[in-house]
Amino acid sequence: MNETKPGSNKRVLGWSAFAIVGMFAFGFALVPLYDVMCEALGINGKTGSQYTVEAPDDMRIDTSRTIRVQFTAQNGLDMPWEFSADQRSIEVHPGEMAFVEFIAHNPTDQVMTAQAIPSLSPSSGTNYFHKTECFCFQEQKLEPGETVRMPLVFFVDDLAPASLHRVTLNYTIYEQSRSEQVAPVAKNVELKTTDRG
Amino acid sequence: MSAVTDTHAADHHDAHGPAKGFTRWLFTTNHKDIGAMYLIFSFAMFLLGGAMAMVIRAELFQPGMQMVEPAFFNQMTTMHGLIMVFGAVMPAFVGLANYMIPLMIGAPDMALPRMNNWSFWLLPAAFLLLVSTLFMEGGAPNFGWTFYAPLSTEYGPPSTTYFIFAVHIMGISSIMGAINVIATIINLRAPGMTLMKMPLFVWTWLITAFLLIAVMPVLAGVVTMMLMDIHFGTSFFNAAGGGDPVLFQHLFWFFGHPEVYIMILPAFGIVSAIIPAFSRKRLFGYTSMVYATGAIAVLSFFVWAHHMFVVGLPLQAELFFMYATMIIAVPTGVKIFNWISTMFRGSLSFETPMLFAVAFVILFTVGGLSGVMLAIAPADFQYHDTYFVVAHFHYVLVPGAIFGIFAAVYYWLPKWTGHMYNEMLGKTHFWMSFIGMNLAFFPMHFVGLAGMPRRYADYPLQFANFNMISSIGAFMFGVTQLLLLYIVIKTIRGGKKAPAKPWDGAEGLEWDLPSPLPYHTFAKPPTVQ
Repeated sequence: MNETKPGSNKRVLGWSAFAIVGMFAFGFALVPLYDVMCEALGINGKTGSQYTVEAPDDMRIDTSRTIRVQFTAQNGLDMPWEFSADQRSIEVHPGEMAFVEFIAHNPTDQVMTAQAIPSLSPSSGTNYFHKTECFCFQEQKLEPGETVRMPLVFFVDDLAPASLHRVTLNYTIYEQSRSEQVAPVAKNVELKTTDRG
Repeated sequence: MSAVTDTHAADHHDAHGPAKGFTRWLFTTNHKDIGAMYLIFSFAMFLLGGAMAMVIRAELFQPGMQMVEPAFFNQMTTMHGLIMVFGAVMPAFVGLANYMIPLMIGAPDMALPRMNNWSFWLLPAAFLLLVSTLFMEGGAPNFGWTFYAPLSTEYGPPSTTYFIFAVHIMGISSIMGAINVIATIINLRAPGMTLMKMPLFVWTWLITAFLLIAVMPVLAGVVTMMLMDIHFGTSFFNAAGGGDPVLFQHLFWFFGHPEVYIMILPAFGIVSAIIPAFSRKRLFGYTSMVYATGAIAVLSFFVWAHHMFVVGLPLQAELFFMYATMIIAVPTGVKIFNWISTMFRGSLSFETPMLFAVAFVILFTVGGLSGVMLAIAPADFQYHDTYFVVAHFHYVLVPGAIFGIFAAVYYWLPKWTGHMYNEMLGKTHFWMSFIGMNLAFFPMHFVGLAGMPRRYADYPLQFANFNMISSIGAFMFGVTQLLLLYIVIKTIRGGKKAPAKPWDGAEGLEWDLPSPLPYHTFAKPPTVQ
């Protein structure tokens, strides 16, 4: 027979099993890692957890330029609500507070709850877009036939780069009453001030 | 030693032939039996996946809907991809590894023979599960072989769950096959067979096995997350619950890009054996071949997002993945030039294995260059999800992986069966495949650049001519593969007796063994000088 070292097959099996379990776990570890990376780098347009209590003290309104903020609204899978932005777009100066409303109507004969999920494009603008009040921080519960106007108060950071002329904020509204899914946005509300360097 | 012991030993030796009947195949732990079963299984899957390709090309023969419903067309494209990748190409390479690696390194068998048996027999179970989805309510998976979420999780058919379990099972099978290859190569080399004396097929498979161990668990993780999203209310990829569909693509392609090298590296090893044999020269640049293979494997972990240039990556990421991808062209180029240098001033002859190997070098380069075009991030915005991509990956997989497998089968068939195949029929198979394949896939470059999107059952009129040519080429390529079946069966049943070393330029331990191979080989390890 060949010089089969009885221990060495076991050794290969041992570290292979270790590598396999490790890579399986690594796949799952990438999920939180991905969120952390996106948040740290301000990419991917996830503005859902960007909650700011008030503008920082040294924020000034930069009247020398304007940024166009566009709003779009759409429905998630099988969502029967009528959901739209009150205004298609507004012009804001960086550092200036702005107030807009979104309109939701429940045309069904059932009480329904829904959660709106924001996404900002271009994603490089994510870290410069701050909300002090947003309907997306809570679930919305509507009675049959009820219509609500939902507020959004935000400002664009005066540190936003000059190349940022236009951002588009999209909300997709998803039904929550049928499924047990818990949106993480409400849990993530925390005081967050921009790093003013 | 007494005479009694000697007689006993002789009797014992006689009893070592294969067992009789079907249970021989069910319970075998012999690497040649298992290798043969892998090859037969993968050929069956190749014909099944090919039949699905024929349905696709028949529907696309003319614009408008003629043959099948669009929903069924989508099931065909999905199943064709899954079956060819996981059922045809990967098992064929595992089969060749089982058959040839012990012979090439002077080992009596694979290191873990019982696990070997298990890893093979998981495959029929996995594919039975996968193929059965075609007959389920709602049909088979229809979201493309890349099964992007949420298309697969929220909009997929109910059979998606069966698809997930099938992927789990075939993943376990591949991982066990990979462990076996590593254990065999590390522990069972004959005395004197140092790492840098190993044939390149053994080297490329060793590196492939490491890739498999690294990425198959990630694939298993991705499909597990899908399963949890579908059935257990989690939101890994579901935006409504705070998940992210783009995350799916990152995870999938973290598996998916090394996977494409898993499907091509063993073919590099095969071609590196065949080209020197028919050039009657030693392989040019053996050491650089080993390092280039290693470099490709390492780089393959840093390029995944070039499949995702249009999802909205930040500019820096686009640049990083663009340049990282282009760097892979360097070690690949080293290999191409080494093969050409091996042929340079060689005493060339063009038997069927050599024809397939030379076609491999030429056509894989075509596929590689269209890959470099796709790596250019701004250009990819134009090419993404068009037939240009389809042309690209079929040029690396058909004349790359599959021609590599064909070349290996013709090269080692005399050794396996003890008979020479019919050279005339072999060359016919080559030329029909070569012409059919180019007719099928070359026009796809043009329709892709002109904007024809992939995965649709219909197309605008201006693409009609090129699509008809593609379909004719595909039918030609498809029918030709029945000729391969005929050639192999004919060679098994009889033909000119093959000598131990039918190719005068061939090198390696396997040619010291008689043809056909005895059931047990290298019970005593050979000495390697």
